[in-house]
Amino acid sequence: MALAGVARRFGRRWVLRGVDLVVQPGQVVVLTGRNGSGKTTLLRLVASLIRPSRGAIRVFGHDTVREGANVRPLVGILAHNAGIYDDLTAGENLIFSLRMAGQSARGAPISETLERVGLASFEFERVRGFSAGMRRRLGLARLLLRPPRLLLLDEPYASFDQDGIDLVNEFAVHTRSQGGTVLLSTHDLARAAGIPDWRAHIADGLISEVPLEDRFRRPAGGLA
Amino acid sequence: MSAELRRVGAIVWKDLTAERRTKANFNAVVFLAGLILLLFGFAIGPDGQTMELIAGGVLWLTVLFSGVLSFNRSYEQELENGALEMLLLYPGDRRSIFVGKLLANLLFVLLVEVVMVPLAAVLYDLPLWQHIGPLSLVLFLGTTGFVTLGTFYAAMASRLRAREVMLPLLLFPMLVPLLVGAVQATGGILNGDLMGSTASWLRLLVVFDVIFFVAALFAFEHVIED
Repeated sequence: MALAGVARRFGRRWVLRGVDLVVQPGQVVVLTGRNGSGKTTLLRLVASLIRPSRGAIRVFGHDTVREGANVRPLVGILAHNAGIYDDLTAGENLIFSLRMAGQSARGAPISETLERVGLASFEFERVRGFSAGMRRRLGLARLLLRPPRLLLLDEPYASFDQDGIDLVNEFAVHTRSQGGTVLLSTHDLARAAGIPDWRAHIADGLISEVPLEDRFRRPAGGLA
Repeated sequence: MSAELRRVGAIVWKDLTAERRTKANFNAVVFLAGLILLLFGFAIGPDGQTMELIAGGVLWLTVLFSGVLSFNRSYEQELENGALEMLLLYPGDRRSIFVGKLLANLLFVLLVEVVMVPLAAVLYDLPLWQHIGPLSLVLFLGTTGFVTLGTFYAAMASRLRAREVMLPLLLFPMLVPLLVGAVQATGGILNGDLMGSTASWLRLLVVFDVIFFVAALFAFEHVIED
């Protein structure tokens, strides 16, 4: 994943003012910054959900603006909003996501995936009654069902209990072990301890690599 | 089944399943349609001849005013919980989202018409069953054009803050040719085609449907992006 001189403005306000960032396959990068610093905007740009006002972004060799259709199959995002439908059941939400990915839901491991995220007993229940944490788990199940090569995690620990946090971290580590890339935006470095390879910090619309304390760093030579 | 067809089917299934479970939108739209028909009836008065003459116009204005509610709702559920962004992140051609939404909306509005048109026939004493075939054709063609533009403009308005107000403001002026064609064709069928012009109005509806379907299909990706 490579960003070159990426800037983005909303109205008159420049949120990002020239970001250069390269993340190699098999790396987990933790993205930090204050509220409103542009972390979510950066993730949405990389996911090709919005276009940069200036600069270019390439994901596994594809330009996110000109080749968005090639980028989208490679990207998975766990965002603030889980993006699930209240009037469908948990199982139906997963079936919908598979069909939207152009895959058949017949024979898909829906129950097994829900079991992995602790929602097995809620497969046939409508999401409307789910708590915030359960919705996030369902969002995670959607990613597990169709693992991406570029995993974007936007404040992934919000609303999760310790079990949920472990699930997120395991998935990040698994994605890396498969040669994927993980960009993890968080305020809570402690919860990502042992996962990141390095840390990028956004301030004043610019990004810089900052030292990652040893206690947060991935142990040398092995997976967390 | 191709991936694009599967995506279209998924959107139709998801929208109609959600609607079937809540029925909130359907009940509101049918109730509003009934109310508009009644109010027009009171405004026109008991003159049977006048009612017959303007029944086509009343029918189509009722379809337009009540149907527009369903388009907003169609994207509202995508805006809840950030589902629209997830929808845009799925691989494949984003036009399949438009086609899926269009089909779901079309089925929904046609279903509303199944309740509304017989009600209009009773209230305005229309010879519905005598002309059910040609009238169904006009309703289908007119509704297809209306839903095509409605689905497109609702996507555009979904990014706006005052989308409930903006949608009719954007949509209704564009519907004038369709409204004229549909009202004239309906009037011709119900009151007798004295000038033999109904076929021409039907052709206008077909042309309108094709042009705006193709235009909306190609413009959709640009309006749905943030």
